[in-house]
Amino acid sequence: MSLPVTIIGGYLGAGKTTLVNHLLRHANGLRIAVLVNEFGTLPIDADLIEAEDGQMISIAGGCVCCAYGDDMAAAMMDLLALDPRPDHVVLEASGVALPASIAGTVSLLQGFSVDGIVVLADAETAQKNANHKFMGDTVTRQLSQADLVVLNKTDLVQDLGAVTGFVATQTQATVIRATQGQVPPTVLLQSFPDTTLSGPAHAASYYRTLALPADPPMDPQTVAKALAGADLNLLRAKGFVQDASGQRYAIQCVARRAAYEKAAPDAPLGLVAIGLSDTFDEPKIRAALITATLIDA
Amino acid sequence: MITIYSARKIITMNPARPEVTHVAVRDGIIVGAGSIKELEGFGDYSLDERFADKVLMPGFVEGHAHTMEGSLWSHTYCGWFDRTDPNGKVWSGVKTIDGVLERLREAEANITDPDAPLPGWQLDPIYMDNAKVTRQQLDTVSETRPIGVMHASGHIMNFNSKALEMAGLLKPGINHPGIPLGADGLPTGELRGPDAYLPVAPYTGFSRDALSVDEDGLRAFGKLCVRTGTTTITDLAARLTENAVPMMLRVTGDPKYPARVVPLRFFLGVTPEELIDHVTELADQSTDRLRMGKIKVVADGSIQGFSARMRAPGYYNGAENGLWYITPDHMAEIYEKALASGIHVHTHTNGDQATELVLDTMEAALRKHPGFDHRFTIQHCQLADAAQFRRMAKLGMCVNLFANHHFYWGDEHYNLTVGPERAERMNACRTALDSGVPMAIHSDAPVTPLGPLFTAWCAVNRITASGRTQGEYEKITVGEALYAITLGAAYTLHLDGEVGSIEAGKKADFAVLEDDPTEMAPDALKDVGVWGTVQGGRIFAAADL
Repeated sequence: MSLPVTIIGGYLGAGKTTLVNHLLRHANGLRIAVLVNEFGTLPIDADLIEAEDGQMISIAGGCVCCAYGDDMAAAMMDLLALDPRPDHVVLEASGVALPASIAGTVSLLQGFSVDGIVVLADAETAQKNANHKFMGDTVTRQLSQADLVVLNKTDLVQDLGAVTGFVATQTQATVIRATQGQVPPTVLLQSFPDTTLSGPAHAASYYRTLALPADPPMDPQTVAKALAGADLNLLRAKGFVQDASGQRYAIQCVARRAAYEKAAPDAPLGLVAIGLSDTFDEPKIRAALITATLIDA
Repeated sequence: MITIYSARKIITMNPARPEVTHVAVRDGIIVGAGSIKELEGFGDYSLDERFADKVLMPGFVEGHAHTMEGSLWSHTYCGWFDRTDPNGKVWSGVKTIDGVLERLREAEANITDPDAPLPGWQLDPIYMDNAKVTRQQLDTVSETRPIGVMHASGHIMNFNSKALEMAGLLKPGINHPGIPLGADGLPTGELRGPDAYLPVAPYTGFSRDALSVDEDGLRAFGKLCVRTGTTTITDLAARLTENAVPMMLRVTGDPKYPARVVPLRFFLGVTPEELIDHVTELADQSTDRLRMGKIKVVADGSIQGFSARMRAPGYYNGAENGLWYITPDHMAEIYEKALASGIHVHTHTNGDQATELVLDTMEAALRKHPGFDHRFTIQHCQLADAAQFRRMAKLGMCVNLFANHHFYWGDEHYNLTVGPERAERMNACRTALDSGVPMAIHSDAPVTPLGPLFTAWCAVNRITASGRTQGEYEKITVGEALYAITLGAAYTLHLDGEVGSIEAGKKADFAVLEDDPTEMAPDALKDVGVWGTVQGGRIFAAADL
């Protein structure tokens, strides 16, 4: 199976590093490999670091972090050679990188697949940055290329509605509000083994999850497309289904991005959908699944 | 022992005695330049008259090149223009796609290893009505060995089916803006942009690290220096790894190595602190012929690749604005730390918005760390306007303009990228000099061929490949151009006290010319014959390489 890659983008100060550290603290056994391309000191909280060996940093829980200069592909190939192999790659882009370009390159590398693009915006400075003399269009292009936008530092602004509205005009992505980069890992990474909403205290009310049985045969493409549909507005949907022949498929959706691939015969059937509470429409999700079920199977 | 060389004419670039007949050399240093009678006063000497019918100039200084051109010559040359390789062979330009394929077939026939890749370089379909090369065409050269051909622009590569297959890209369903698909749903073999071609290029014999030169390449590059009269050359974006530095020290330390190499440490891959520490440490390891301790920063992309950062009104054809390769904060931190440590930084900009960021950042950094004589240099700086040159002068910055670009891409800039008005003011040498900005001009070899006299010809005549004069107002005189390729470039490297003119106490670095560039018609400057060089008092004849 290909190694999934989540690209974390966003301009300087948006909180990419904080979000990555939050992910590492809540990795829950998932072996995350973090690739960073920033000019500052290595952005891993000191208490998480177990050992440093040249360019590679070992992190508690089997995670690693390394920096890459301008040869991302070479750094990615090094990750494939690691033993044990990481479960997921989190690629923290530079403040001026266009995440869709990185995703394009990742899609061309053998052994990898793009899980999704998460772009952070600093609620305090998002509007100012979007009008920056030099960087404005780069900032807005980053937002426009996201699957999910994390509007961070929401505790620091008075008029959250205004900034949320502004960010929404810059992107088709679903906007998640967060403080200190605290987004549940299961929303951000398809590989996360646990679908509970660990992380921020408000998670239980802000997000909703729904476990769905998936025993009847379904068309995997139809399932994936339905769960990534704009009408459901889910953040993440994942799990395993089987088709009429009994072939099982892994379904992976992040916001509007849908993917599926063949899975092992013993992959546990079932799906989980995660969305924002205020737009979560359980009957509609169940109905979408029924549409994908192969009735004549 | 002193050797006195006589010459038909010695153009010193020293305004106090601009032309002399003799130059005396001892231990690689110029003892004096003047008449034989004046020089006799230094004592015993031997008179060497081998240059009696030659014209000597200060050895040329190329302020922006990449030594990896030497390594590229191990690949097959597929360019439109005739080009001389390090061994003096002139490769004729190929004028059709069939000609390119034929050139590759000839190379293919000489490879014995059946699995070896076949890399080609400098393909330029701009001059062939933008004809497309397909993987099927390259498959007619070989279906079994991977083939990759880099375009002259550096922004596109063509591959055959085998190369795509090895990289896992010969499959349907690829959805990438830089990878056009054929009617069969498979890639056509043209991969646009480094994002697209870098995953495939290493399978076709291109180094993963496109900036690195190998030992053979560095030696080969020295030969190109001799053939072009160049005695001091930059390697403008080197990684200077722990493996590369000993190799470069060994090669340049060879008693027969003919050039002084100035490699600038590329800024990526380390923090600003590490960058400063690294170049500080490298500066201590420097030798006469390997001058380390400087930094290269890249702000944006290229104009013809539409990745340069433009101010209003942007690209002539409406293309989206280009790409930043550095954040303003990162640039500021490097500038501030370098100014505080007295370290010299050169910054690549192409678009005028990138130049504006450099100027804004420099102004703020100088307020914090008022450096004196820092000579921070903007490289390429192709689209700077008059106001930006005025700011450069006030900030004490230098500029190294890409004069060769006019000839190779001037028509493209006029018609497509920036339009007539800005194409005419590109690489504004006249404005730079009139604004008081210390100026050099460059080839960016291997992007265009190394050849300071050709570069001078470009700045003097501003003729494009189609033969048009583009930007009459920005022309400079022959004298100004000769200054730019000697003392002008030396100044941007803090080396003007050592090289760049023929006067007592400086390095005995000479370009040995067959013709007198000051007597030829300005539009014949590129045709001045080069016999070879003298570097540090050592004589290198191009014919003996």
